[in-house]
Amino acid sequence: MKNDNSISANALPWLFLAVAALLVHSFADSLGWLHKFPADWVIPLADWINKAMDTFVELVKPVTRAIAAILEWPMILLRDVLQWTPWPVTVAGVVLLAWHASGIRLAIVCLLALLYIALSGYWNPSMSTMALVGIAVPLSLLLGLAIGIAADRTEMGKRIVPPILDIMQTMPTFAYLVPILVLFGFGPVVGLIASAIYACPPMVRNVHLGLKQVPYEIVEAAKMSGVSSYQRLFWVELPAAMAQIKVGINQTIMATLSMVIIASVIGGFGDIGWEVLSTIRKARFGESLLAGFVIVLIAIVMDRISSAYVTQDDITKAKNLANKKLWFTAAVLLIVICAVIKALGIDFGVDDSSLTKAASEWLDQKLEAIVVGYGQLLTDIKNTFFFYYLLPLRIGFNKAILPLTWGFEFTEAMRWGYAIAMLIICLALAKFKSWQTGLSVAALAYLLYYGLTGAPWMVLTSAVILLAWQAGGRSVAIFTACSLGFILITGMWERAMLSIYLCGAAVILSFLLGSAIGVWAASSDRVSAVVRPIADTFQTIPLFVFLIPVLMFFQVGEFTALLAIIAYAFVPAIRYTESGLRQVSPQLIEVAVEQGCTPSQIFWQVKVPLAIPTIMVGLNQTIMYGFAMLVIAALVGTTGLGQQIFLALSAADTGLGLIAGLSMALLAMITDRIMQAWAAKKFEGMQAD
Amino acid sequence: MPQNSDITIECKQLWKVFGEGVAEKLAARTLPQKEEAITFADELRQSGGIVASGDINLQIKRGEFFVLMGLSGSGKSTLMRCMSRLTEPSAGELLLDGQDFLSVSEKELMSIRRTKMGMVFQHFGLFPHMTVIDNVAFPLKVQGVDEKTRQTKALEMIELVGLHGRDSSYPHQLSGGQKQRVGIARSLAVDPELWFLDEPFSALDPLIRWQMQSELLRLQTMFHKTIVFVTHDFMEAVRLADRIAIMKDGLIVQVGTPQEIVLSPANDYVAEFVKEAPRTKIIKVSQLMEESSAASTSEGLSVDMTLEDALSWSAERGGELPVTDESGKTIGVITPERLATALSGGKSDNQ
Repeated sequence: MKNDNSISANALPWLFLAVAALLVHSFADSLGWLHKFPADWVIPLADWINKAMDTFVELVKPVTRAIAAILEWPMILLRDVLQWTPWPVTVAGVVLLAWHASGIRLAIVCLLALLYIALSGYWNPSMSTMALVGIAVPLSLLLGLAIGIAADRTEMGKRIVPPILDIMQTMPTFAYLVPILVLFGFGPVVGLIASAIYACPPMVRNVHLGLKQVPYEIVEAAKMSGVSSYQRLFWVELPAAMAQIKVGINQTIMATLSMVIIASVIGGFGDIGWEVLSTIRKARFGESLLAGFVIVLIAIVMDRISSAYVTQDDITKAKNLANKKLWFTAAVLLIVICAVIKALGIDFGVDDSSLTKAASEWLDQKLEAIVVGYGQLLTDIKNTFFFYYLLPLRIGFNKAILPLTWGFEFTEAMRWGYAIAMLIICLALAKFKSWQTGLSVAALAYLLYYGLTGAPWMVLTSAVILLAWQAGGRSVAIFTACSLGFILITGMWERAMLSIYLCGAAVILSFLLGSAIGVWAASSDRVSAVVRPIADTFQTIPLFVFLIPVLMFFQVGEFTALLAIIAYAFVPAIRYTESGLRQVSPQLIEVAVEQGCTPSQIFWQVKVPLAIPTIMVGLNQTIMYGFAMLVIAALVGTTGLGQQIFLALSAADTGLGLIAGLSMALLAMITDRIMQAWAAKKFEGMQAD
Repeated sequence: MPQNSDITIECKQLWKVFGEGVAEKLAARTLPQKEEAITFADELRQSGGIVASGDINLQIKRGEFFVLMGLSGSGKSTLMRCMSRLTEPSAGELLLDGQDFLSVSEKELMSIRRTKMGMVFQHFGLFPHMTVIDNVAFPLKVQGVDEKTRQTKALEMIELVGLHGRDSSYPHQLSGGQKQRVGIARSLAVDPELWFLDEPFSALDPLIRWQMQSELLRLQTMFHKTIVFVTHDFMEAVRLADRIAIMKDGLIVQVGTPQEIVLSPANDYVAEFVKEAPRTKIIKVSQLMEESSAASTSEGLSVDMTLEDALSWSAERGGELPVTDESGKTIGVITPERLATALSGGKSDNQ
């Protein structure tokens, strides 16, 4: 390497780092503080936050408790109304809405979905969930609208809103619950408030974006008509931005549902999320599967109806307008029917769950038969992944290779063999390909040897900061350094490494799996037609439903968490890979064909390079999804930051919850910033026109 | 010189500059004029500033069709936006009906725009969420006119621009030409005195453009608005304008009637445009004839005849022809030689 003068100056710091890492490892005994972050450097930030929070809570308690009481009232009222209404009336109402939104096909889908919910015996819990959603959504929309307008209009809003949104969207869901819990007291209203806050960023973004996209001529036309600023906003700009704002409404509704389900861990409202959670805890998977399916159906119905309104075409709109009277009559008729049913005292009996019981018992039996019958196979799969994939990533070959796991001893000679083999490969790559390739392999070899938790903090932080600096310059490097510093100094480092290890392990598999499916879907319209609706549905399902099927087969543990994360995070990889490959212009393919490229040459040398920017966005999204799911996965036994947040929740420990949550958000943001900066540099000027 | 009250808009040494600290540089000195303004504008540009309009001195008369013409980036749109105060000028004076327009308050500005001004935009600027009739009625709604009156008035305007029956369509259901008709109807709904048109036809197909220009001329003969019209199309300017101001790099190069500009372009830059112009359609007999009151027996040319028509008349009849005014009275004569000189582009001394 030293002989090659063409190696750029960027490689030098990495050489220094490699030498420094060697030194740290050789003097592990005397330089222990470089290896493991000293415990007495950690500041008790969580305690400080808790103390400050206690004082603050005492101060604002009357106000927050009053707000809680005010919000609780309509929530309970709405729940009672929804549960009081005979279910056929509600079903008919939703079906009519679906019809109005899109047409007969959606109406039938909704009818079937709701019939399942009614007959499954989960009607009342579902209505409790709908009551929470019904109150949280308008709150969230109003909040989002107000902040979105402020972000567009005021100087201060312009500056502070975007970074806050970034944090809010990377902050794990559970982290929202803790401070709200402390402020508003235990109870379902916490879920309501947390959902309203959690779900408003998409609304803010879309309102902000929508207002920004209003063509300046439209604004000028309004100004030339002499509008006041109020008229300009409400008569012209907001209506003109409506298409974009509707997208925000749809996203906010879905985010609210997702959060309402998650917030059910607090309990006390008898909602559907609680049903799933309590049956999981009792390991009654047949029931949790049935209840989980109810959640999936609710999500699908809400998403399809609201997105149908977003994309409603002119024909449907015109038809609806023409039949205004008909729709109105139908609505009135429904209310009359409802009154008649109530007056006659007919009970449709939604609590009769004999059907559910039979179904869930049957399911339980089948499941058990599978688990018993294939028990050995399932254990083998789990152990293989654990020993050969998860363990090396976590503690490295250094400690993972034992007779118990791999079946042989990792001898001194083998260690040297590994080191020398890797060194030769790296040098060869650096010589014949590029120094970056060599470096990447070296870093990988190093990480695999020591594992994420075994590598010294000094080496890891230096490497990440150096990477940030070379990818994105000074500002990204400073952001990275400060974030990592925060994680270190608050004592979250080891937890963070556990989180990164699990998230990383899941992301690698998700990305490989997802992009493989994406490639397949891009090559065949038939596959795409099957994959797309499935992927869409996966995206609308509230996160923790993913836990049920994996739990059934693999019990609590890291492997289960890994699978749950993959189940959620592989979807963006599919989507972006497919759309990236499909976006490649047919003209370019024709050029390649005409020049006599083989199909594999066309794929690797034309399609993939052109699709890479989009695929990288998919990878970025996969990572973000992985982080989001990590906290949910903590429910089934992981040991990282997610678990800390979960602990904080059960102990109402605001400080711990916030710090662990913020650490997670920072990790996600570091990854995001570095990747985006790198992609911007790499793909600069590559944008096809 | 026209009386002061005949002037709707007057710009006196108006400047609009962009860039950090550029406006301050301008404010720090007495405003440069003429050649000095050109050098100063160059200086500003070299230090990274943008001079959208520099040293603009214009008087736009009541009822005049005034065209601002220039290539893209010449500052014509910005100048028009300064006149309507959609953009605030950086320096100089702007008078509306002889009153200082730059010092009026937000509130007065709102009321002036509600009653006195209308504007048509290049990309139509229609409100996408409103039907045609609601778009047209919008300025009236802002004025606070009641629902029924504004519906009636809006329908009237829609009729006027030839969009009968399309009143409940949405903008995206209309063709480009129809959209701009809506834009025109909307801008005329409050019957403004001052009508701004910002490249209204440049997004349209050539054929439609021609039609719309004719429509516009028809409307102008009905209403006699004071029009400020922006275009990059010299032919369009020549066809429509009473007077044209040609702009380059934020400065006005020449102001004059189409005939004046075609016959005597101020510099090479203007001459480039003129070269493309069909002289025979622009130059009029009035500019070529020799004054004479001698009665003649042969049938004459009329003063406002274009060179093209005059040539075909002259070819049919030959010889020296008399020129008559609207009342049929002979006011001059014209020779075939003169017509030929004008056709070839040689400077014709018509004095």
